[in-house]
Amino acid sequence: MQINDLTWMIGGEAGFGIQSAGNFFAMAASRGGLYAFGNPEYPSLIRGGHNSDCVRVSDKYVAIHKERLDLLLAMNRETLELHLKEVVSGGGVIYDAENIKMEGLNVPKGIKLFNVPLKKLAMEVGKGDITRNTVGVGASLGLVDYDIEIFYEILREAFARKGEKVINDNLAAAKAGYDFVRANYMGRFDYAMKKIEGRPPKMVLTGNDAISLGAIKAGCKFVAEYPMTPSSSILHIMASHAKDFNIIVKHTEDEIAAMNMAIGAGWAGARAMTATSGGGYSLMVEALGMAGMCEIPVVCVEVQRPGPSTGLPTRTEQGDLQFILHSSQGEFPRIVIAVGDYNECFYKTFEAFNLAEKYQLPVIVVSDKHLSESIQTVEPFDTKGLKIDRGKLLSQEQLEHLLAKSREFLEAHEGGTMVQKGFGGQSAQENYISPDGNFLRYKVTDDGVSPRTIPGMPGGIHRASTDEHDESGDLTETEENRNMMMEKRARKLNAVLKELPPPALIDYERKQVKPGASDVTFVTWGSPKEAVLEAMRMLEAEGVKADLLQIVYMIPFHAKEVTEILGKCKRLVGVEQNGEAQLCALIREKTGFLIQEKILKYSGRQLTAHEIFDKFKALKTI
Amino acid sequence: MTLTTKDFDTVAKPDWCPGCGDFGIQASMKMALAKLGIEPHKIALVAGIGCSSKMPHWVDTYGLHTLHGRAVPPAAAIKLVNPKLTVLINAGDGDAYGIGVGHLVHVMRRNIDLTYIVHNNMVYGLTKGQATPTSAKGYKSPSTPFGAIEEPLNPIALALSMGATFIARGFAGDVQHLAMLIEEGVKHKGFALIDVFQPCVTFNKINTYPYFMQRVYKLESDSSYDKTDFEMAMKKAWETEKLPIGIFYQVSKQTYEEQEPGMADISATELDISNVDISKTMEKYI
Repeated sequence: MQINDLTWMIGGEAGFGIQSAGNFFAMAASRGGLYAFGNPEYPSLIRGGHNSDCVRVSDKYVAIHKERLDLLLAMNRETLELHLKEVVSGGGVIYDAENIKMEGLNVPKGIKLFNVPLKKLAMEVGKGDITRNTVGVGASLGLVDYDIEIFYEILREAFARKGEKVINDNLAAAKAGYDFVRANYMGRFDYAMKKIEGRPPKMVLTGNDAISLGAIKAGCKFVAEYPMTPSSSILHIMASHAKDFNIIVKHTEDEIAAMNMAIGAGWAGARAMTATSGGGYSLMVEALGMAGMCEIPVVCVEVQRPGPSTGLPTRTEQGDLQFILHSSQGEFPRIVIAVGDYNECFYKTFEAFNLAEKYQLPVIVVSDKHLSESIQTVEPFDTKGLKIDRGKLLSQEQLEHLLAKSREFLEAHEGGTMVQKGFGGQSAQENYISPDGNFLRYKVTDDGVSPRTIPGMPGGIHRASTDEHDESGDLTETEENRNMMMEKRARKLNAVLKELPPPALIDYERKQVKPGASDVTFVTWGSPKEAVLEAMRMLEAEGVKADLLQIVYMIPFHAKEVTEILGKCKRLVGVEQNGEAQLCALIREKTGFLIQEKILKYSGRQLTAHEIFDKFKALKTI
Repeated sequence: MTLTTKDFDTVAKPDWCPGCGDFGIQASMKMALAKLGIEPHKIALVAGIGCSSKMPHWVDTYGLHTLHGRAVPPAAAIKLVNPKLTVLINAGDGDAYGIGVGHLVHVMRRNIDLTYIVHNNMVYGLTKGQATPTSAKGYKSPSTPFGAIEEPLNPIALALSMGATFIARGFAGDVQHLAMLIEEGVKHKGFALIDVFQPCVTFNKINTYPYFMQRVYKLESDSSYDKTDFEMAMKKAWETEKLPIGIFYQVSKQTYEEQEPGMADISATELDISNVDISKTMEKYI
């Protein structure tokens, strides 16, 4: 009997509640003290086509699904055609013989077939075919001998808004599936899920939920977004919280408007964000440069999907890294943060808002479909240590103090250098007053960050311009000023780099290890992290000691630290969900290290631990 | 508050060509803002890119000089996060009716309280004389050496069809009248489009000051004109022999920001974000 270690999958046509069933199954496991990870796969259409949701359940933390299934809930024949080969020996298949013809299907030996009249029970007991997924989940939970009351409770909550009838139909459907399996197949399946009492409650959410929660916690008050899979749920989640947290959420006419609106809101003093995928991001990049030039804080979440162009709209890839690093014309500072797990989705998004305001620049948080749309059991986020830092955004009092000191200085220095030089020059360090008597919003400072005012503040008037400008924000094309302002903006990243934690090697238990202590170092970024960690555990069991270098901060890049680490590693293997090894290219550029061995995948599906394990073993040692 | 146009003067002087219609619009704007008595720090002047869009640098208020065609989205967002600000937009006809027309169409149906002054000179100035969406059919320019094939866009008719609640046309050669239109546009609760005939003395040798002076007449001079009558306004919008200026259309409607569910009692920019409590939201995921 295999207890609390199960990979379950539901497959069927779009429109039959495949994803909701997956969510129910994961939630049922999580409510019982277990951990779950669910990976939905679906094509880009509304109804029909093949959908699946693979949920892996364990009594330990799980953060990646497996392609080896223990129990397959097949809602149609296509599910069997596609996934029967993934079911392990000793595993089971729930199917409805009245609706699925088995002729011509090759059922491997050792696989147990459990015929359950899913449709009949749904129609007769659940009062409609719409409850077929609920019957299926009930049957699945019955087969693994799980506490069905947990599922009932979830159904009551899920359908609370739809009224008593819907709740009761679903409860009856769940019970019918459960009872049928108990009556007919008790003791025939060698897997069980047992709830674990006394564990603190955990959340079940998607990466986009975690990103949204991070943004809300960070005080984001303005969201402008145009729907694009797989980023759209951020728009939905933020909109659903508009009233609770006073967030103005705008579904814009296009992504150009979305980014430009977020920048406008940022200039006006609200914490603002947009979210999109690669195609929408392509439309945003001109405005990204505006945020850089005008030094306006803004956060953009880029949830990658496979390109080029429309690509595979509902699948996963990490093909946008180099594009994001270089997007928009000219040179300006930006921060690029690549999140790799659910905690990073939350905490790094929170951090992104602080960094954007502290350094007055655009921050791009990079995720992907796998991370953003999969569901996972995670501990509630610890918000105690999270502090809002608005950097050099001045209060009215601080502004007045600064202006008074400047006036004192100017009086003592016969008008001050700025006034003598006129526009385009650098004013004396002590002076913050422009020739207009306004505020020197783009004051040259050591760290490149200038004190900031927002519209509405008396004394803080300034112009923010996408044209090159002087310290006051006014237009000038002198070489002296151009050099001064380019250097001022560029200096910001030096300060950012000092603040950000440098990367470190970790082992499969996420403990920090010293460079050179392992046989092999995997180098990755973003969502492959979890599969790599698990593959490392599998390798360890075979006597191969491995560690992981995950790069989170792409810009600014910890070149010195990464160079030091890589110099000590014995063997480097890059792992990325793209074809051009874009992180390896960045590392080559920043450190000179050429990572020759690579495990790359660009089929649109996520790398799993077994896959990395197998591909690693197939690598020729160079 | 009592203000004069001097309160909006800047040390830097415009770099427009001598005689440019933009000077008239600049003067009208200062007059209107002074008359309205809105303190400069409570005004956000947003602009696109082009000759006219340099305006924020030469009217002493908060200013955001954005991208070509993109003045509307930031302006709308500024108003939404801080409705206490008076937000004006300045852009040219290429900016507003060409590259940025998508934003214009949508902001009109949203009725966000903004005043959009379009410097319509029927020619691209800063890129040196190409035809714009409002250039006449047959207009010869470096990009249309054999004459423009397209029919010109009609901004007044477009605005009417998109549900704009304040639609006016002014003439940069009649500063007092234009100042009145801007004043009314700013006072109007909702989106105001003010299309302005603005002669480009360097590149447009057809739509000149004399051209407009011979053709413009004021809508308000006809006492029977009803600016709340949509059909009457549409008829006026299509007059091409004589060119009406004044308020074509004005109706009262709820603004977008009045209906925004995320709007607090205070501006979004004034909300305390130091410790947003998400514990209840996290519980919903358990």
